[in-house]
Order: sequence, then structure tokens, then C-alpha cells
Amino acid sequence: MARTVWDSTVGKKTVMAVSGLVMLLYLVAHMIGNLKIFFGTEEFNHYAHWLRTVGEPFMHYEWTLWLIRVVLVVAVVAHAVSAYQLSRRDIRARPSKYVHKKRRASYATRTMRWGGVILGLFIVWHVLDLTTGTVHSGGFESGKPYQNVVDTFSTWYGNVIYLVAMLALGLHIRHGFWSAAQTLGAGSRTRDRALKTTANILALLLTIGFVAVPVGVMTGVVS
Amino acid sequence: MKLTLRVWRQQSADAEGAMSTYEVDGISQDMSFLEMLDTLNEELILKGEDPVAFDHDCREGICGACSLVINGDAHGPERTTTCQLHMRSFRDGDTIDIEPWRASAFPVVKDLVVDRSAFDRIIEAGGYITAPTGAAPEAHATPVPKPDADLAFEHAECIGCGACVAACPNGAAMLFTSAKVNHLNVLPQGAPERETRVLDMVGQMDAEGFGGCTLAGECATACPKGIPLVSITGMNKEWLRATRRAAKR
Ligand code: HEM
Ligand code: SF4
Ligand code: FES
Repeated sequence: MARTVWDSTVGKKTVMAVSGLVMLLYLVAHMIGNLKIFFGTEEFNHYAHWLRTVGEPFMHYEWTLWLIRVVLVVAVVAHAVSAYQLSRRDIRARPSKYVHKKRRASYATRTMRWGGVILGLFIVWHVLDLTTGTVHSGGFESGKPYQNVVDTFSTWYGNVIYLVAMLALGLHIRHGFWSAAQTLGAGSRTRDRALKTTANILALLLTIGFVAVPVGVMTGVVS
Repeated sequence: MKLTLRVWRQQSADAEGAMSTYEVDGISQDMSFLEMLDTLNEELILKGEDPVAFDHDCREGICGACSLVINGDAHGPERTTTCQLHMRSFRDGDTIDIEPWRASAFPVVKDLVVDRSAFDRIIEAGGYITAPTGAAPEAHATPVPKPDADLAFEHAECIGCGACVAACPNGAAMLFTSAKVNHLNVLPQGAPERETRVLDMVGQMDAEGFGGCTLAGECATACPKGIPLVSITGMNKEWLRATRRAAKR
């Protein structure tokens, strides 16, 4: 069955839909978690510490977190590899363009590929910045996420990278959520409006929720 | 009407093609688009030039043979087939670009004619039902619920023209294939082959080198028969169901 799914365009698209929805679910939780930064150093750092102790005493320290990380890496890789393979196939299936060109499809639809690439690069930068601290601007200290976040958004490029990526994310989810429903066969004539509205609301909420943090630092609400 | 036509000319499948410009005069608003091309071809023949090759057959919008991309739209500006498009949709003095369907699975044979036999092979893979032939069966012998009959009829309208592929930015044949799958899979007559049909037809579609679906929706906008985008969702659902069932066996 795995072979059938991976070898078919419809199956590979299913992999994209499922991995996309897994990432989406994570992002909703991640966004809500981020907002705790507005309640002060104590609460935010405590929340970050709690993430490492989830599931104790059944799970050992950081086990749950690592489990989530593994699932996310699998999702990102599966999503990106499918996207790459399907896109290559699509381009090969339509080698010669029409002489008479027309603007087609919505902005969100047309930007899925480049938006996806931006998101992929952002994910790498984001992990190196705030998880490992490799490219962090200030003196990175694990266990002090509040200060680390403030440092990142005190640089102009930290803000630019983040804002561009979050706009890309909003557009990606706008087309992606609705697409995933079609790919998984959950769409229908009667449900179409509800799905599109949900996609728009999710995209808007996630973008605003994530963007609130750098804006908070820039305006001095978080410092 | 006097028109300037820019037409894709290509001697053969392997030859390089290019847009050629022609002027036509004396075109009536009541002519169909194909009659307008007939006028051009008559002039070309009188001048001793090679007439423009294009596909057509019924000229009444039911066979699916006609296939032109007109000003970047498959079948032109109206939601109908090229043969049912009339010159009143254009204005005197217009320049009209005419190109063939573009997809690697639909290679150009000559000028505006493309080879659509990939569609035939998709049909051969499962776009039929297995039933004893002979006299037509009694219509009431197999009751079909009204909503199912309506859905089947809606999808049976597909004439296999390929405009969906021509319009798709990925050269995907999802709308065509989904029309066939939905048409037969919803009917009791199609039930025995419900799973193999969708798996085999999608498999053939991929083997022919069509692209994948990115739900851009261009196919449904171009389709002269109004096959809706949600048909693709329906086929995805059937495909997932069939894949799960095949795994259980
Ligand atoms: C590694 C970075 C990423 C790349 C390269 C990427 C690329 C793509 C591409 C090319 C598509 C198909 C577009 C189309 O069908 O028109 C897509 C769809 C999708 N993406 Fe991403 N994306 C990435 C990250 C994400 C993230 C972080 C999310 C989380 C919300 C996500 C959620 C989705 C969803 C739900 C779909 C729809 C799947 C479907 O059409 O069935 N993607 N992505
Ligand atoms: S789905 Fe529509 S556009 Fe595609 S082949 Fe059938 S009739 Fe033509
Ligand atoms: S010629 Fe038959 S549909 Fe146009």
C-alpha cells in the first residue's frame, strides 16, 4: 500500500495533505504558546520549561518534546520531498507555454511553490536561531527563551525574515488547508464555503498570532 | 468583420513550430469560429498555400474533437466548445491568437491538431462497465436513486475534449479522469469494478505523463460541459477508499 501511495500523483498529494495538516496542528499550538510572552519573563520561561517535562513521570525529561520533534521532521521532509517531486512532474507535463499569456489562479495558489521554499528556509533559520542558537544575534542561553526572543527581534533582519515568512505562511495555509480537504476527499459542494472560510480564518489567526510577537518587541511591549 | 489571426503552424510532430500571421476579411458575426477558419483555409488553398490543420467533427458541441486555445483560453472566451463559439464574441479589427492544446501527453501532430489518444488509454484502463451485450435491458430492472442518476448524468456530459488538460498549469488530466470515474462509480452498473476502475484509470493517467493536481481550478473554468472542480475531490475519495480496500485484501 505504501508503494501504491508514493508512486501515484494522487497518493503523493495525500502525503502532502496529511503532513501539511500535522504541521498546521503543531503551528496552532506553537502560536498559542508564543503568546505567553505577553505575560512576562517568568510565565514564558516557565512554559518553555514545562514543554520539556510534559508526560512526566511516564515520560522522561524531554522525551515528549523529542517525540514531537521527530514527528515534525518527518512531516517537513515528507512534505518537501513530495512537493519537489510533484512540482518536477508538473513542469515536465507542461513544457511549452502558451504564446498568449493570461493571469490565472489566485495569488495564494500561484505562490504555493515559492512560498513553500521560503517556509522551508525559514524553518532551518528558525531552528538555528532559537533552538540551537547557532545563528543567534545576542548571547544565546538555553533555558532563557524570553531574552533570546527579544534579542532576535531587536535586529532588523530578524524582524524582516520573520515577517516575510509569516506572510508566506498565511498564504500557504489559505490555499493549503482547503486543498488538503479536497485531496483527502472531504470537500463537497455544500461544504465548500465553510472550508474556504475556515482556511481564511486559520491563515489570518496564525499570521496575526505569530506576527504579534515581533511587533510586541518592536513596540517595546515586550522587552 | 476584418480580423488578424496569429496561428500556430507546425509542419509535423518533430518540426519546429511558430506563430504565423494572417488577415481575414468578410467574416460574419453569425459564423462559428471554425467557419471563420474554413474561410481562411479556402483563401490559403486558392493561394496555393498549406491550409491550417485543426480538429473538428460534429460541429455541434457533442463529439469533443474541436480543440483550440483562443487568446489563451481553451475553447475561447465563452463556456462552450470551439465549434459552438461564434464570431459575435469578437470585435471587428481584433487580433486573435490561436494555439494547440499544450501538454506533453498531447503531442502536436500538425498545426493545431494534437494527439489525444492518451485519453483513450485512460478509458481502456477502466472507463467502462463489464456487462453482457445484446438487447437493451429493461430500464426499470436496476433502480437508481435520483440523486445518483443526476450525478452520473452530470459527469457523463464530459466529451473528452481535453480542454481541462490544456488549461491546467500542470497539464493534469484529473478533471477528465474524475468525470469518468464519478460517472460510473456512482451507478449500480459500475459497482463491480468500483475499486479497480479508479486505481487503474489514475495509474494510466500517471503513466501517460500528465501532471498532478494543485487545485488551481483552471480545468473547471475551461470545461465546456461544466464538470465541476469538486469532481476531483470525489475521485480522490474513491481512490483513497479503493487503496484502503486493496490493502485489506
Ligand atoms: C518545507 C517547507 C514547505 C514546502 C517546500 C511546501 C510546499 C508545498 C507545495 C509545493 C504544496 C502544493 C501546492 C499546491 O498544491 O498548489 C503544498 C501544499 C500544502 N502545504 Fe506546504 N510547504 C512547506 C511547508 C508547509 C508548512 C509549514 C505547512 C503547515 C501549515 C504546510 C501546509 C500545507 C498544506 C496543508 C498543503 C495542502 C496539501 C494539499 O494540497 O493537499 N506546508 N506545500
Ligand atoms: S472534463 Fe470537460 S474539459 Fe475535460 S475532457 Fe471532459 S468535457 Fe473536456
Ligand atoms: S466539433 Fe464536435 S464538439 Fe466541437
